Amino acid sequence: MKRRDFIQQASAGTALVTLGSLGLQSFTSIANTTKITILHTNDVHSHIDTFKEGRNANKGGVARRASLIDSIRKENPNTLLLDAGDIFQGTPYFNYYGGELEFKLMSKLKYDAATIGNHDFDNGIDGLFAQLPHAKFQFISANYDFSNTIMDTHTKPYQIFKKNGIKIGVFGLGIELNGLVAPKMFKETKYLNPVEISQDMSRILKIEKKCDLVICLSHLGYHYKNSDKISDLSLAKATKDIDLIIGGHTHTFLPKPTIVKNSENKNVLVNQVGCYGINLGKIDFYFDSDKNKSANGTSIIV
Amino acid sequence: MRFTHFLFLLYFLIFLNCKNEKQPLVKIEGQQITVTDSLTPKEEIENFIKPFRDNIQKDLDSVLAYSAENYSKTDGELNTALGNFMADAVFSEANPIFKRRTGKDIDLVLLNHGGIRATLNKGDVSKRTAFQLMPFENKIVVIALKKPQIDDLIDYLLKSKRAHPISKLKLSVDKDFNIVEAKIKGEQIKQSKTYHVATSDYLYNGGDNMSFFKPNDSVYRLDYKIRNALIDKFIKLDTLKPVIDDRFIQIK
Repeated sequence: MKRRDFIQQASAGTALVTLGSLGLQSFTSIANTTKITILHTNDVHSHIDTFKEGRNANKGGVARRASLIDSIRKENPNTLLLDAGDIFQGTPYFNYYGGELEFKLMSKLKYDAATIGNHDFDNGIDGLFAQLPHAKFQFISANYDFSNTIMDTHTKPYQIFKKNGIKIGVFGLGIELNGLVAPKMFKETKYLNPVEISQDMSRILKIEKKCDLVICLSHLGYHYKNSDKISDLSLAKATKDIDLIIGGHTHTFLPKPTIVKNSENKNVLVNQVGCYGINLGKIDFYFDSDKNKSANGTSIIV
Repeated sequence: MRFTHFLFLLYFLIFLNCKNEKQPLVKIEGQQITVTDSLTPKEEIENFIKPFRDNIQKDLDSVLAYSAENYSKTDGELNTALGNFMADAVFSEANPIFKRRTGKDIDLVLLNHGGIRATLNKGDVSKRTAFQLMPFENKIVVIALKKPQIDDLIDYLLKSKRAHPISKLKLSVDKDFNIVEAKIKGEQIKQSKTYHVATSDYLYNGGDNMSFFKPNDSVYRLDYKIRNALIDKFIKLDTLKPVIDDRFIQIK
């Protein structure tokens, strides 16, 4: 096929976007497809029960989310389940049990990783630490330096998951705590520049660790109007080698994931699914060694 | 580049990559699935939650006091029985804590009308009532203010013309909302005195456009939730029968 035809095919259809430049580097003779499914929640805020009334009546609920996740995992075992923070605070479950039930349920739902939101400090850094024995999933945060706190060694900057030979690197980012959380709650947690940290993380994950997918699990917030405050959209533009940013904090309900051009003019997906466990985000990544498919670059369907 | 050269290049690349047999990313599909009642709750999870839920319900519903009437934040013009109850409860429950820590007394309390999130209904009063009235986690802070900021605070109340809950502050205004009388704890407001104003951390941080709390002389964080002050007040009282009084009135 001629190059001109590739381009025409890739640009067919309005919902298709070409990621490009991933094509020619790695043909193998045997055609082989792997689908990686990324499921995600954010800002669940202790919402364990289904809403009984109000505008979200009959929506949400952990037991229903569990069924949904089970059915998706049954269809594709190569699935990761991630949470972008603010697990705590919002219903009496948190006031009574301090986050114990939230962590136990996320463990039962087999969450793979979560990042830390500002409200996860609502019972202080000691309150977060106290609930860690109930969490069987990894907390990841690359830009909170916990080394002078009780959380030291209990989080990782990133985690690499291997699913059917595909390496998925996930790193975490948290929001600036000063001004949002009382200093005596976060104590000596140091906030590091998310852009600089992301540049380090994407280099480590994409180049050194040779990950096939790099995911940023962020609690920075989707976008801030009339403000220079770092957000998922501005982070996506300022960095490279990140495939997906899963966001939180701003409780943003998006009609569909946003496609942003990064510093190398390549596409990054940015997604967030509102709050309170009303929605589950699902992003499927298809890897294919069929040269006819891969030669077209990456199509994004949202 | 001729096509045959291109093929050579491809073979070369295949040779380089054959060890790790990388599969390139060819397609990404994104969607959002709403958790609705079309999904059957997973029984194992439901059963796991139940004892936690039952325990909370039992505690939330245990009767602490009795409300003599229905009280709403809309019953009353510049002060309401429900708002008065809440502001007075913050004073009576927070002042001993503040006094013990600082040796000082709270001089007045200011909350916001919008912060009353439910009605107080006639009948049994429980912890659930406190969660309904005050679902937020706001904590009580005490701020040291001088007369110019107290004047701004009063000015805010006069301009908003709403029944923001207050305690220990007395305001009378004429038909044009000019001050006829303004007293704190029954005394004229003095130029030299520092006043300790109890409010919520939400309002202290500028919530409801309350901009007069900053800058200030000092801030004392009591680490005491407004909701818990209400619960502690419920426990102490047998019957709740707050009234609309003359703490903020208009003389027409």
